[in-house]
Amino acid sequence: MPVLAALLFGLVFGAGLAVGGMTNPAKVIAFLDVTGTWDPSLALVMGGALTVNGLAFALTRQRPRPLFAESFALPTLRDIDRELIAGAATFGVGWGLVGLCPGPALASLLRGELSVYAFVAAMVAGMWLDRLRRLYTREGRR
Amino acid sequence: MIAASFTPGLSLVGGAMIGLAAAALLFANGKVAGVSGILARALAPQRGDLAWRIAFLCGLPLGAIAVIRLTGDPHGFAITGSFPVLVCGGLLVGFGTALGNGCTSGHGVCGLARGSRRSLAATLTFMAAGALTVFVVRHVFGAG
Repeated sequence: MPVLAALLFGLVFGAGLAVGGMTNPAKVIAFLDVTGTWDPSLALVMGGALTVNGLAFALTRQRPRPLFAESFALPTLRDIDRELIAGAATFGVGWGLVGLCPGPALASLLRGELSVYAFVAAMVAGMWLDRLRRLYTREGRR
Repeated sequence: MIAASFTPGLSLVGGAMIGLAAAALLFANGKVAGVSGILARALAPQRGDLAWRIAFLCGLPLGAIAVIRLTGDPHGFAITGSFPVLVCGGLLVGFGTALGNGCTSGHGVCGLARGSRRSLAATLTFMAAGALTVFVVRHVFGAG
């Protein structure tokens, strides 16, 4: 049941990305191009998502446990550290170069575009590189 | 100047769908709908923690392609950038989201909805870095 639920939520999430326009890299870049011909659409994607998720979170946090699990797996890190800022900045540069972030990149996999395959393969490789870094620096488990 | 491609209605609806899916994943499964985290931890899974990740990740392209087929792709798809740029961009996105523990969905949609200061700092940082990168590529080098 939790696996089926996750599939359903992934479907709705992916559909939302496509409806909102996040799956067109040119549109994402037009959003980031604040000094050019600006397309504010993605601010509304973010606003819509935040409004719904924010309201829902206020209700969900009052529940003792999730429907299909023992406990909520919420992030425990609290510090604004160097890894957070360096990681976000690195991600932002890649996002600005291509116009794809992880969700829309995966959501575009069935378009049959070679460019998406190349991007996703490199993205997975990048995630492995961070795994190696964590092993090397003995930062331990995430 | 505002682009002619501005789609306020569709984008608001799409955003609400994303928010609904993220809320439901937390409510039902107790998990944060951060795509980079779901993927990164599917690459090195802990026992009993893989199936829901695969299911969610498979849902993303299936949901998107359904919308594209049913609606005739209202936004289209256009990607500029040569093969080396795509690979560099992918590496930076993969490494950066793993290092910073989150992407547009994990920090931007889920973290901000929880009022996380870390996620606010991350979101402001990747938005600024993305905008700066586009500025340099488009308006300094005149490419893209």
